[in-house]
Formats: sequence, C-alpha cells, structure tokens
Amino acid sequence: MTEHHTPVTLSSVSENDPRLQPLAKNPQDVERRIAVLFVAGMVLEACFGWAYWINAQPWILGFTFGMGLTFLGIGLIAWGKYLMPQGPFVEERHVLANSAADRDAFTAAIVDRGGGVIKRRKLLAGLLGGGLGVFSITALFPLIRSLGPLPGTTLQHTDWKKGTFAVDVTGRRVHVDDLTVGSIVTIFPEGKEETDNGQAVDQTVLIRISNSNFTTQKGRETWGPSGYVAYSKLCTHLGCPVGLYEQKLQLLVCPCHQSMFDVTNGAIPNFGPAPRPLPQLPIYVDAKGFIRAQSDFHEAVGPGFWERS
Amino acid sequence: MSDSSLTTKRAKKQALGPYGKLGQAVNELDERLGVAKGGRTFMDKIFPDHWSFMLGEIALYSFVVLLATGVFLTLYYVPSTALVTYRGSYAPLYGQHVTQAFASSVDLSFAVRGGLLMRQMHHWACDIFVGAIVMHMGRVFFTGAFRKPRETNWLIGVILLILGIGNGFLGYSLPDDLVSGTGIRIAFSITESIPLVGSYLSFFLFGSNYPGTAVIPRFFVLHVLLLPAIIVGLVGAHLFLLVRQKHTQFPGPGRTENNVVGSPMFPIFMAKTTGFLLLVAGVIGLLGATAQINPIWQFGPYEAARISYAVQPDFYMGFLDGALRIWPSWTFQSFGHTIPFEVFIPSVILPGVIFNIIMAWPAIEAKITGDRSIHHLLERPKDNPQRTAFGVAFFSLIAILFIASSTDVIANFFRLDLATVLWAMRILTIAVPLIAYPLTLRIAKELRALEGSSQRKTANLVTRNAEGGYDAVSAPIHPDDALTHHTAIALPTFITEAPAGDTSDTGVRTVER
Repeated sequence: MTEHHTPVTLSSVSENDPRLQPLAKNPQDVERRIAVLFVAGMVLEACFGWAYWINAQPWILGFTFGMGLTFLGIGLIAWGKYLMPQGPFVEERHVLANSAADRDAFTAAIVDRGGGVIKRRKLLAGLLGGGLGVFSITALFPLIRSLGPLPGTTLQHTDWKKGTFAVDVTGRRVHVDDLTVGSIVTIFPEGKEETDNGQAVDQTVLIRISNSNFTTQKGRETWGPSGYVAYSKLCTHLGCPVGLYEQKLQLLVCPCHQSMFDVTNGAIPNFGPAPRPLPQLPIYVDAKGFIRAQSDFHEAVGPGFWERS
Repeated sequence: MSDSSLTTKRAKKQALGPYGKLGQAVNELDERLGVAKGGRTFMDKIFPDHWSFMLGEIALYSFVVLLATGVFLTLYYVPSTALVTYRGSYAPLYGQHVTQAFASSVDLSFAVRGGLLMRQMHHWACDIFVGAIVMHMGRVFFTGAFRKPRETNWLIGVILLILGIGNGFLGYSLPDDLVSGTGIRIAFSITESIPLVGSYLSFFLFGSNYPGTAVIPRFFVLHVLLLPAIIVGLVGAHLFLLVRQKHTQFPGPGRTENNVVGSPMFPIFMAKTTGFLLLVAGVIGLLGATAQINPIWQFGPYEAARISYAVQPDFYMGFLDGALRIWPSWTFQSFGHTIPFEVFIPSVILPGVIFNIIMAWPAIEAKITGDRSIHHLLERPKDNPQRTAFGVAFFSLIAILFIASSTDVIANFFRLDLATVLWAMRILTIAVPLIAYPLTLRIAKELRALEGSSQRKTANLVTRNAEGGYDAVSAPIHPDDALTHHTAIALPTFITEAPAGDTSDTGVRTVER
C-alpha cells in the first residue's frame, strides 16, 4: 500500500454539474413510474409461471412472458436514460498504430528468425510442406467424396420400364375407363408409389385430353392412346411438381415460378422460366384396358444439369 | 488472531477494507489475473448515444433469443426421415404416415408445454435477426462507418448476414412440411445447375439423388452445430474489433476524430442495453404469442409429388425467388451438355455478384475516391451523395427482386394478367435502380446545400410585412439538440445524485489509477 498512485483530477467538475444530473426534470416522478413498470413486469412474469403451471393456451404464455419482459426492459432503459447522469462523457481515442520502429522490429522478427530458419533448411521445409500438402488433399476424400455416391447415370433414368403398370398414389392400377375427358391423375410406376424415388423422380401426370388417340407431336403418334397423355410431373425449371392443370387452356402450371406447359403440344413451355418441354412418357393400353408404359422417358426428367444431353 | 476486537462486526468490516467483500474478491482476482486495469477501462468505454446504433443490438439480442429457444427445440425435435404413423393430438393428421421430423415438429408444437410459443419465437427471432442485420448494414453503409480502419468488421458483418440467411433456410427446412420440402427440392436443383460439378455437388450434399434420407439429419447438424458455432465465433470477433477500435460517432460539438462522446459502459449503457435485451426478447415473445408463423400442421407433411399454391419463402430468400421468376428461360444445350443458365445465373451468379460487391465495397470506395485515411467521424447520408445514391439504387434492385417473388399473388390480387406483371417486374428491375440513382443524388446534393438540414425541425415564425410579403424567422433550437451542446467531461468513478455526507471533496471521489 505504499506504491505511488496518480490521482486523476476531476476538479473542474462540481457535484452540481448538469452533466452529472439525471435527465429527468422530476426524478421522483420518473422513479415512481419505473417502479410501476417493474411491479407490472414482476406480476406478469409470476402470471407466466402460473400460466405454465396450469398449461394455459400458448398465447397466454407468450403474452404474460412477453409483456412482463417488455415492461421490465422499458423500465430499465428509462432508469438508464432518465435517472442516471445525463452526460455526455468523453474518452480519448488512442492511436492503435505503433511506431515505425516497433513495426520494423516485428517484421524483422518474422523475416529474420523465421526466414533464417527456413532458408538454412530448405530441404526440411520443402518436405514438411509436401507432407502437409499431401495430407490436405487426402483429407478431402473423407470430407467430400464419402458424403454421397457419384451421380453416374442416376439422373438420366426413372423407374418406368417397358410394360410397367401405371398406378395412382394408393397403388391402384389406372384403367382406361377411369378418367373422363379433362381429368388428371398423378401416376407412378407400380410398386414405386411409396418409395422416395417413385414420389420424387418417377411422378408423372396422366391427363385425358380426348376420347380418341391423341398425337402431341410428330413422331409420338402411338403415345396418346384413347386420348391419354402422360408427362413427367417434374418442372424442367427447378423440379417442383407441375401441380396445377388449367383445363380450359390445356395448360400445366408450375406453382413455384409459374412456368406453363401446353399439354396438347408436347408440353412445350409457353410462359415462365422453364427452358424445356416436360418429357412425355410413351404409354399404351393393354388388352385388359390398363395404362402401361411403352418404355422409360426418352430424356432425363426434371431440371437441367451439366451431363444432360 | 485471537484478538477479541477482530470478532466484533465492526472490526471485521474494517479489516475488509472500504469496499468490503467485493473489494476482497477483486483483490483475489486481480492477484491472479490482473483484471483491475482492463476491467476499469472496459467499464469506462464510451458508447455514443444515437438511435441508429441500436440496430446492431437488435441483431445481437435476437440471436441470443435464437440460441435460447433453439436449445429448447432441440430437446424435442427428432432429425429423422423415418416414417411413423402420426398419433398426436392434431386430429386432421391422425393416422397419416409422416416423417419423424414432421411428427416431432407437430408434437413439440401441440404436446410440449410452451412448445408452440418457443417454435414461433424461434422463427420470429430469425426473421428479426436477418432483418436487423440488414438495417444495421444500411446504417453502417450510409454513414460511411465501414471506412478504414473498420473494413474487416464490415466483412465479418456481411459473412454473418450470409450465414444468417443460410442457417435460416436450413432451419426452415427441418420440419419437413410440404412448403419447406419444396424449398429443399429447389435447393437441390440450384446446386445441380452449376456447370461441370453440379450433379456431383448435389449428390454429395444430399447423400444421394433427391430426396434421399440424409438431408434432414445433415441439415440438422449444420443448423444446430456447425453454422451456429461459426456465427458465435464471428459475433465474438465482431464485438472484439468494436471494442478494440472503439465506436464511430456523428460529428458534433466536442466530438473529434480523437475522442468518443456518449455514455459509459457501466452503469448507464449497461442499464440501457440490458433493458433493450429484455425488450427485444419481450417483443419476440409477444410476436410468438400473437402472430402465427409457419403453421406446418396446415401445410401437411412433405410428399414429393404434392405442392401448395402461392407460397413464398421467408423474406430473406425472396430476392432469389424473384430473380428466378423473372429471369428468362435462356438455356444452353448442345455438344451433349446442358448449362441451365435460367437457374444458374439468377440463383448462383446473381447472389454471388451481390454479396461480393457488398463485401468488397470498402475497397471499391477507397479505390474510387482515393481516400485511404482513417475515419472515426461518421458522414450523414447527404454528405456523400454518390455513395448514398449507389446504396439506394442497389437496395432498390434487391427490393424489386423481392417484390417479384410474389408475381402470382400480385396478379391475383389486382386481377392482372400474369404476363403483364412479369414484364412489369422485368422492366422495373432495370428501371427503378436507374431512376433511383440520379434522384437520390439530386436529393442528397440539395440537402447538403441546405443549411441546418441535419438538425431537428423547429417551427418557423412567419410574419407578414408591410409590403405584403412574408418573412420567416427560424425558432430557437430544439431543447434536445441544445442538450448536446454541453461539452463532454471525462468519466468520474462515482455517481451519486446527492452528495454523500462524509465527503469533504466536491462530490466526486478522487480516482486512483
């Protein structure tokens, strides 16, 4: 207790200095109001506990909790703003930068010490760098490569094959008499309707456009038996299900970004950001009248990707 | 030690010194860690009093609420895509096959006491977090607070915004409801659109072709562990740099490049800011209590072949969705390859360009103006018309893209043709920033030329003179503005309202440092 202390002089400030006085002109009055806020906050938080205890409605929980904290918060802010010395106070801003000599010493330490050590043992430094380099590359394998399988040709195919029965979401086979003209149903390859891939990739819309065979485009004469046409339900823009059917306009509409596909004309997009027609699934009606696939889609379904031809 | 005088209460008190047990504790702590000097300096740190400095605090405190409510949610949420039969209390879903993620999200809303409140608070806190960061960035941008030496803190802030948006999207995806599932599908397709590596990246991210079973557990780990850890670290760095470099301040009487004028950390700022934390938490609680957000039980579980209509993502994803809507369907398809420009440009290139411009802005501005000196005094937006005009134009572009994410809703609401709305949005996207720039420039320049434009408005006294003309005499300065005309004083240790009885000094104790 004998060391020297340098007192900071504040002799210029008197106790009556306005900057040390509260901002409130009537501190007692403000103090009373803040007290009311704190009491209200305390009561509300107690109510929150009670509401929780009796398992009250969520809005009662949130209201008591939120209002209580709001009152406490406003009270505390008011205490700080109106009852504490109003200031303003000042502090000096010291220059963070050091002198040129200090900086040189720092740089010199890095360059001379580190550089000296490395330059003298170039071989060791090179080998260490090489080792760490090899490690960082091999570390990428478990980090990245094992996260998932390579895509391969997964994106090019669906589960539709020659002769696959078309079923609805419940697994019931779709019969040629099921739909009236202007109706639509989402179909899946039989046995895949409950699988992730069946739901996400194979999903196809089946629309009955007319009562007689319907050709949507040249070369697809056999694809629309009895007026049934089937298109991939995956929007070619971003893969949302093309879930809206505008029956009057014969359009399939994607609700995500409003791409529209003309179902009578090979599902060529006539509005919105989709770049390609929906791939059409060639189908046929078998002897018993069930709708079946002639083959898989002739191109990749869904949005574009690099390997897509 | 057997001295009887030590046993009396008074003697004990005397032995402890003037500051009693707290003083002893500080002694003990200081002997070990040397905290006294630094602690005192920290308590004396001056915070400028300006409302716009609160915006960052809102972001910080909503993040505190996010952490607290998020921990609660993890106790009940199950990150699994395994199918279960829903047998909870929400009747319309009873008996349906749903994923565990969805079932547990519905259960924690209805079966867990306070669960729905916590979920809604978490979601509201997220929206407020991202919104407050954007507002805070606006403050920093338009007042030039990002200039040297604070470029690094600006960069950290932008990264925090990106991480906030990213983690918001991940969290929004976790309940595995119909709406968020569609969002995940779009995220997969966007990843797929990257030339050369897209399909690899998307398979590695999802662990298989879309949808697979890994996406929910992976998003969960990213959402509750990896990204929050990075965010907490960066928030710490942000605050450390703020304390190290001290606050900026608006110019004013007694305020120079070499000082900071305002209220001290302890107790004034601490009282205000703790109160503000309670207020932010309280308001988020009230929102969670009264404003429904993301009612997943109404959307139903995600099924890849189903979709809902007129659904928008959370607001901070809006500009991306809008860009995807209005960008034309230009694609590249030949040589056996496809480059989906219609997706890649608006959803990968565009946000990349936007965020890179924002991150590089301090460097860009320094390059243009050649101003590489240190600034601690802020500019008002009118003081730098070029920057302000650029900022307004830039922000108006984002705003138009955001509005464009509701083309279908706008068309329905105003009974307009969808094509009309689409083309209007395309034109506005280009036109509005081009108009906003010169307009803002003009306004800022005229404001700058106007005397006293940064002062609070006071009523002018207008009198009619003998010739029939009018004379305006400006009224005296607003009392609140006059207050700032006190010159600031260095911080005393003390602060008692009434002088203590035993001090012979001038009310202020002498401080020994």
